[in-house]
Amino acid sequence: MARTLGTHALSPTPRHEADDPSSLVARFGADEPLHLDCGIALAPLQIAYQTYGTLNADKSNAVLICHALTGDQHVANVNPVTGKGGWWETMVGPGKPIDTDRFFVICSNVLSSCMGTTGPASRLDGGPAYALDFPVVTIRDMVRAQAMLIDQLGIDTLFCVAGGSMGGMQVLQWAASYPQRVFCALPIATAAKHSAQNIAFHEVGRQAIMADPEWKGGRYLAEGTRPEKGLAVARMAAHITYLSEPALHRKFGRKLQDRAAPTFSFDADFEIESYLRYQGRAFVERFDANSYLYLTRAMDYFDLAADYDGRLAQAFRGSRTRFCVVSFTSDWLFTTQESRAVVHALNASGASVSFVEIETDKGHDAFLLDVPELFATTKGFIDSAARARGLTEPARG
Amino acid sequence: MADAQFSTNASAARVDLMVVAEMVEPGSRVLDVGCGDGALMRMLQDGRNVDARGIELSQAGVNQCVAHGLSVIQGDADTDLADYPDDSFDYVILSQTIQATHRPKVVMEHLLRIGRRAIVSFPNFGHWKIRARLALSGRMPVTENLPISWHETPNIHFCTIRDFIDLCGEVGAQIEKGVALDAGGRPMRAGLPWGVWNLFGEQAVLVLSRGK
Repeated sequence: MARTLGTHALSPTPRHEADDPSSLVARFGADEPLHLDCGIALAPLQIAYQTYGTLNADKSNAVLICHALTGDQHVANVNPVTGKGGWWETMVGPGKPIDTDRFFVICSNVLSSCMGTTGPASRLDGGPAYALDFPVVTIRDMVRAQAMLIDQLGIDTLFCVAGGSMGGMQVLQWAASYPQRVFCALPIATAAKHSAQNIAFHEVGRQAIMADPEWKGGRYLAEGTRPEKGLAVARMAAHITYLSEPALHRKFGRKLQDRAAPTFSFDADFEIESYLRYQGRAFVERFDANSYLYLTRAMDYFDLAADYDGRLAQAFRGSRTRFCVVSFTSDWLFTTQESRAVVHALNASGASVSFVEIETDKGHDAFLLDVPELFATTKGFIDSAARARGLTEPARG
Repeated sequence: MADAQFSTNASAARVDLMVVAEMVEPGSRVLDVGCGDGALMRMLQDGRNVDARGIELSQAGVNQCVAHGLSVIQGDADTDLADYPDDSFDYVILSQTIQATHRPKVVMEHLLRIGRRAIVSFPNFGHWKIRARLALSGRMPVTENLPISWHETPNIHFCTIRDFIDLCGEVGAQIEKGVALDAGGRPMRAGLPWGVWNLFGEQAVLVLSRGK
């Protein structure tokens, strides 16, 4: 694998997208800094975002999509880096469960990511990238930044905040931090805290990146190198956690890759090895290694109850937001048990909550895939909430 | 949960739900355990201005509820009631479900803990037809209302009206109101002795509260 990665052409796109993204950008100057949990006031700040659909006259139809760890703002358009379709085109678009003929859909690249919102790969005034001088941020900081964007767009209350995995963490944080600004919330395959096992997997990924000599103590952009091997290994390890054993067995089993017999070497004999190597290679093409460190750290630090004396129910006390919590049976990264803990807290606080555990063998990744039960649940929840909000249905030709 | 088995006669099922609905005070907070497709919850919300929440085991049922804008949690009466705080509802309703739970007594204790009142409806295994089937054929009864054979049925804890009244005593529940329903799901005449209801009632609906 090392050779394959080493000979791969360096792609300039992450660098370019980090400062000058192929999407809308909101800018905040020194007079409106973002106050971070670590105590630092971050300025200037830029937030890269995409929108779909039209904001209605009373600004009541806005949906904020929160993306996952390595996602971006390109929810439902061709991704400028990969050339592939948007990461949630199954869910968001005309006539889709989150219907862009009806809703004004917003998605912003999260703080410390690398697709145009300020992060460790951003350069100040053409100087060197922040690298490890960038402050460590939290999920709450990401949500604060999103709130600044929503303010700038002149939107008071979001009709819906939706997202899976790390996106779901942001949804829960939105509901806790700004209960009066969230009409309904759809946290999918997520948790109110990151588990020890999940922190452990993240640490493996970070160590792989930092062990790569090309990482150069985080200063690889200035040094003109890229820690591709480390980042690829991090992605490979993480990717396993997004799948499930039954899905791996169904898809790959012990099948060999383009060969009839094992080669008695360390080539990618098995299809699963070849698949993971491909995933690692594809990832380093589009993602910044330091961003990966910062984003995984933000997830590790997430423990919503900790801000409320360890009582999660307090986070949602008095909330009038309608919640629909979704988990997947085969998701061992964000288990149903974690979702149930959220549901339990919402119940205890008297909030309006629905919960669906969807049966699938697709693992954690199920929230991104074609899972009809997920679409049916989402559509039912969103449509009924839209009726309660008094939003008209789109005319269909 | 096990509602489907008792829905063979749709209009009778509606009558049953209406009997339950009429026992709920307007404007109250209700938890419907085993809410199925949410028919009772909708009836309560629309007709009696009730803040209704539900628990349902089947994904199809939960999806139907969510699509109707109801707040329903996919879960199991046997395991998930423990998560609800004390006194969080005015009524907890267990409609045609208790016979499908693994630990009916524990479930009953939770109902009385979570709600100020519990409303329980269940099929009466003491009905004369069932007694007659068992007596004459020597086999577990399979009837129109209980169409599934003993080894397939989710209804693992059948009881008679008398049995249930005993259980109420064991968990310290006070029976505030009770009604037996005939084969058509219609309420039988009030004031009849329990023995008559136990013989001729196909279903019973009881309103319970915590005993003094």
